[in-house]
Amino acid sequence: MLPDLGKYTLPVLAAYASMFVLIGGLILVSLRNAKKSKATLARLEANRKSK
Amino acid sequence: MSIWEFANPVRFMRLSGRVLPWITGLALLTLFPALIWGFFFTPDDARQGATVKIIYVHVPTAFLAINVYFMMFVTSLIWLIRRHHVSALAAKAAAPIGAVMTLIALITGAVWGQPMWGTWWVWDPRLTSFLIMFIFYIGYIALWAAIDEPDKAADLSAILCMIGSVFAIVSRYAVNFWSQGLHQGTSVPLLRPGEATQVAAVFWQPLILSIAGFFLLFLALLLVRTRTEIRHRRITALRAREA
Repeated sequence: MLPDLGKYTLPVLAAYASMFVLIGGLILVSLRNAKKSKATLARLEANRKSK
Repeated sequence: MSIWEFANPVRFMRLSGRVLPWITGLALLTLFPALIWGFFFTPDDARQGATVKIIYVHVPTAFLAINVYFMMFVTSLIWLIRRHHVSALAAKAAAPIGAVMTLIALITGAVWGQPMWGTWWVWDPRLTSFLIMFIFYIGYIALWAAIDEPDKAADLSAILCMIGSVFAIVSRYAVNFWSQGLHQGTSVPLLRPGEATQVAAVFWQPLILSIAGFFLLFLALLLVRTRTEIRHRRITALRAREA
């Protein structure tokens, strides 16, 4: 499956792995915060309208 | 219609909500094929061997690291001059994305540099200014987090952003005006019509697609995070009214 990276297998895979981990983490944190803020705002708006 | 109309948070939320799914889809459709093309279907370089495949990660993230800072500079300037809250929040939302891109560029640069230069790191002008830019990103994020009063936080972090922009400019052009250092010239030059890039087409084409993919990913993340910041402002205002 993997192309033959020869003696550079480790640096190439390390570069891609670090990118996927960091970008993946950033996406997860961003989406989690977005979901949380959306739910909180919806709850507060509903409370305000019910008063 | 003026661009400033989108500085209105309600209009911004409406428009960004409409375009976000398209930009996200486009980012996925661009980034994954670019990385697959670059990683699996490009040959090794005659001198750099398989390490040339790092270019599809290193160059786009380094390109974004500098340009996200430039975007923060512009939006901070708009905040300081016109006091549009959305622009200050967009700068705040962009900073963690820029910091992550800078960190990826630093890590991938180090793992690429070790087999090519024989060292993980050198204190050459480009690398050093890039590291300082990363520290400015962290300082900018920390400053926003440290100040409770939002307008004061936006003012002070905008000023910090202006100061740090010097290092963003230096890290972009250091290889041009400093002859010392190990880092090669830019892989993404501003070409005049008819002028050819120094990177061979077999590497250049997936690289350009990868840069486009990373840029679209940045746009999607920027919209998600700016929308979150706008909601946070609204939540704070509603809680203040309830208290």
